[in-house]
Amino acid sequence: MGTTWGTIGGVFGVSLGVTVLVVVLFSLGVTAWARAGGGTPRHGARRGRLDTVAAAAAVVCFAACLAIAAYGIELIIPG
Amino acid sequence: MDSVSFLLVAVILTALAFDFTNGFHDTANSMATSIATGALSPRLAVLVAAVLNLAGAFLSTEVAKTISNGIVDDVKVSPVMIFAGLIGAILWNMITWLAGLPSSSSHALFGGLIGAVWVGAGESAVRFTAIVRKIVIPAVASPVVACVVAMLATYLAYVITHRAAAPAARKGFRAGQVGSASLVALAHGTNDAQKTMGVITLTLIAGGVLGHGSGPPWWVVLSAGLAISLGTYAGGWRVIRTMGKGLTDIQPPQGFAAETSATAVILASSHLGFPLSTTQVCTGSILGAGLGRRLAHVRWGIAGRIAVSWLLTLPAAAAVGGVAAWVAGQGNTGVALVAGVAVAAAVGFYVLSRRRPVNPDNVNEPGAPEPAGRTLDTTV
Repeated sequence: MGTTWGTIGGVFGVSLGVTVLVVVLFSLGVTAWARAGGGTPRHGARRGRLDTVAAAAAVVCFAACLAIAAYGIELIIPG
Repeated sequence: MDSVSFLLVAVILTALAFDFTNGFHDTANSMATSIATGALSPRLAVLVAAVLNLAGAFLSTEVAKTISNGIVDDVKVSPVMIFAGLIGAILWNMITWLAGLPSSSSHALFGGLIGAVWVGAGESAVRFTAIVRKIVIPAVASPVVACVVAMLATYLAYVITHRAAAPAARKGFRAGQVGSASLVALAHGTNDAQKTMGVITLTLIAGGVLGHGSGPPWWVVLSAGLAISLGTYAGGWRVIRTMGKGLTDIQPPQGFAAETSATAVILASSHLGFPLSTTQVCTGSILGAGLGRRLAHVRWGIAGRIAVSWLLTLPAAAAVGGVAAWVAGQGNTGVALVAGVAVAAAVGFYVLSRRRPVNPDNVNEPGAPEPAGRTLDTTV
């Protein structure tokens, strides 16, 4: 019985950590991406340096999420 | 020999039928929130889920030993009991689908087998401590874990993005949601299609067609994969409506948080060798996503009905499995009788469902006032 609750605790800890990491990264990515114009160039306005930085930050965040997802796929495929 | 092959064919067909109901019952797990938020159109969502379930069935060649799994004494299990257990699981899946309730297909399968073995081989062949440890405790814990994780994730998602331009954020979360929902569908294919392959392989070994310790032949892998993905493609629209629109109104950030939590919990638990139900995890995480958004409305009546259906799953499927085992134990006529009654019941449930159809075109409509309530009243 004790090991069962221990495993549940492990599942809880690991999934909480991973989920919070992915959701925070993705949310930051979305925020940065929205700041950079949401992928569509604004007409008439020149893209400032801040926009470029925001776009780069978004790319980094999304790439990190993709890497975690790739690790997830590797876990799904045994051996 | 003749009677063995008749029984063998009956078990294989029943296992594939169960796989089909497993598929359409569980489409909602991966796709309900994506359909509800409009991230994917209903028809595209079930297509994606079906393809990923098929892919998942082929990805893992590890034979699922989930069936024996220590819950029943596998030495005492006969093909007749497997057949009866599958019938119990199929009928319970049909009833809960008609009521639009997301109940666990794995629990239905375990319940059916427990009932069939209890009747067929006696109480001593059922290991009750293993049932509590491997089914009951995870069943209570996993939705709670998923709910808490999703609640925190949803809260964080809203706090971080509350100043971002709404249309861009919506678009971003929808895209992310498609990704995490696809992972759930893939994981589902590797888990649930394996269960049917395991059942069929066990039966073939018991019938002497395959040697002991052999893996599933290619045609078993192919037919089980096709059955579950066809079922997924058929789409259990009634369950999808309950999970996408019934429990709470899902918005893109919530959908993303819910699917990500579900993926994390499913992968963490299967990696740590801890069996749990995909359905219960996904339901828990959708509930958590509803609680995590301030002012979001959670319909506790529907949540309560789902919880009751979870409590009933094991005993109800076990009761049907037990009766089926007793009748089928009388010989081939008994097996044919059970199969006939099951087919008639399945057709009956389908006809009942046509009175108030839920399909890709109306799945996102709230339906008549309290649809789940009335459906439940007419069936239970």
